[in-house]
Amino acid sequence: MTDALAQKAGDPRGTLAGTADHSEGMSYLHSLPRRLVTLYLPLGLILVVLLFPFYWMALTSVKPDAQLLDMDTYSPFWTWSPTLKHITKLLFETEYPVWLWNTMLVATCATALSIFASVLAAYALVRLRFKGSTVAGGLIFLAYLVPPSILFIPLSTVVFQYGLFDTPFALILTYPTILIPFSTWLLMGYFKTIPFELEECALMDGASRWQILIKIILPLAVPGLISAFIFCFTLCWNEFIYALTFISTTSYKTVPVAIVTALVDGDVYRWGSLMAGAMIGSLPLVVLYAFFVEHYVSAMTGAVKE
Amino acid sequence: MSIAAPTAKPVREIREITAWDRLKVNKNWLGAWFMLPAAAFLILFLAYPLGLGVWLSFTDARLGRDGVFVGVENYIYLWEDSVFWLSVFNTILYTGVASIIKFAIGLYLALLLNENLPFKAIIRAIVLIPFIVPTVLSAIAFWWLFDPQFSIISWSLKQMGLITQNIDFLGDVWNARWSVIFANIWRGVPFVAITLLAGLQTVSPSLYEAATIDGASTWQRFRFITYPLLTPIIAVVMTFSVLFTFTDFQLIWVMTRGGPVNATHLMATLSYQRAIMSGYLGEGAAISTAMIPFLLAAIMVSWFGLQRRKWQQGGDND
Repeated sequence: MTDALAQKAGDPRGTLAGTADHSEGMSYLHSLPRRLVTLYLPLGLILVVLLFPFYWMALTSVKPDAQLLDMDTYSPFWTWSPTLKHITKLLFETEYPVWLWNTMLVATCATALSIFASVLAAYALVRLRFKGSTVAGGLIFLAYLVPPSILFIPLSTVVFQYGLFDTPFALILTYPTILIPFSTWLLMGYFKTIPFELEECALMDGASRWQILIKIILPLAVPGLISAFIFCFTLCWNEFIYALTFISTTSYKTVPVAIVTALVDGDVYRWGSLMAGAMIGSLPLVVLYAFFVEHYVSAMTGAVKE
Repeated sequence: MSIAAPTAKPVREIREITAWDRLKVNKNWLGAWFMLPAAAFLILFLAYPLGLGVWLSFTDARLGRDGVFVGVENYIYLWEDSVFWLSVFNTILYTGVASIIKFAIGLYLALLLNENLPFKAIIRAIVLIPFIVPTVLSAIAFWWLFDPQFSIISWSLKQMGLITQNIDFLGDVWNARWSVIFANIWRGVPFVAITLLAGLQTVSPSLYEAATIDGASTWQRFRFITYPLLTPIIAVVMTFSVLFTFTDFQLIWVMTRGGPVNATHLMATLSYQRAIMSGYLGEGAAISTAMIPFLLAAIMVSWFGLQRRKWQQGGDND
């Protein structure tokens, strides 16, 4: 079972195409009206529900204030007079660009640190097989199951003790605890698929373990690295509770926290800017995701099946 | 004067293998160094705080002040605190209802996506978007959708003539609970669906063909082929789903902050309110620590409850 899945992760397109061909063989049994009711209708309904909040978000962020609150004169589902007022207000009258930059910085640094640590750990766990490596692998998996919402209280005192409170380092150094267990397990799966013989050859030729890792394993594990990178980056961007607890200065905040704490100001007409903030905050991830869908999916399913 | 050894082709002297050389290729020594960065992070920022949290729950620490050991005083206080028990009830309700519905809709969506569809890849990519967008940002969108005055849902229902007054989605006790549960389901379904879809794609189509020839109905094909083969991945997916739902913080904090009258307080949000906003670190830590047994129980139920048929597909492969 697992082996089949692992193969699929390596080549999602290939297997998908294969399955599609087969399922066509059975689906001639269903007539079009039947498929309409059992397949297209429910699927369409689910898709509409899943996407409607985003449509609403985008629409709200370009609607003029008057139309936002007057739902009887104008149809609320569309606007013929879009405005960029909310977006410009957000970008030029608030610290939004700073928050965006903070989020980007924290996410990039934390992801880079985690990938570095995970590559080393995953290689050691899969290929060095040192004494106690099974136990260490198990412990790392357990670490994946420890949720941030249990840890944030003691971690806030720890962050304070280390003198990191209210600095970006508080986030850069704590996020890896969420990312390392996940990416280590993901990379272990990838490293296992690289033939052992390559490494043996290199060892015979006198390469050190470090050289093997840099020159042989990493180039072969690039898809895995991309998957791990994207998934970690998304997790960082999404993280909320640590950023809420450890950062108190407004100009150090990340986008999710800043929107909730600084932008919700009790102003009646805030909705346009709030939705614009939410939309612009999600755009970088959606764009990144659009480019690497397959990597993202294989990261997600890969982490689950290991 | 003796002739020196020929220097044209120096023979490389075979050195004595030193302890250092042996150490350099020693797996345990190398392994330790390779594990060091990851271990340092996980020990300093995960294992140590986890232990510290348990210790804090036995002290009367406040924000900015070290506490002294007070035994189980915090727990006794919580035991008699009706808000705490309400949050336990809310957490269990939230986790239970949301997980079951997420599983049902997720499995259904996975089965739909596994059909032969035009634009399959694009539809699959779209389905996952709610999972990509940061929870807080989509929670804000839901906050706006559930606005007491300008909710588009109330408006549409009013236009259809189903209701006469706006629904107070987040202001009423049970409405608020169902609203946050709905938002959680909305966010969780894509994850369940896409991971289950990955499992579905490994099921060989020839099994379905064989069953169809033998006269199996659609339900029988699902019940006796799809479901048993999917069991291992269902167990994992649901364990993670339960884990993340149980410890959810973001959705609640953005949409209701635990209100109205604590009706949507989960244990995580209550511990944040007690520890960080009111400053009673010890009490907050006690709530967090109290989550651990519940969490373990939830994981055990979903793991062992769903995993037990593992032997049917040659369990030791996993």
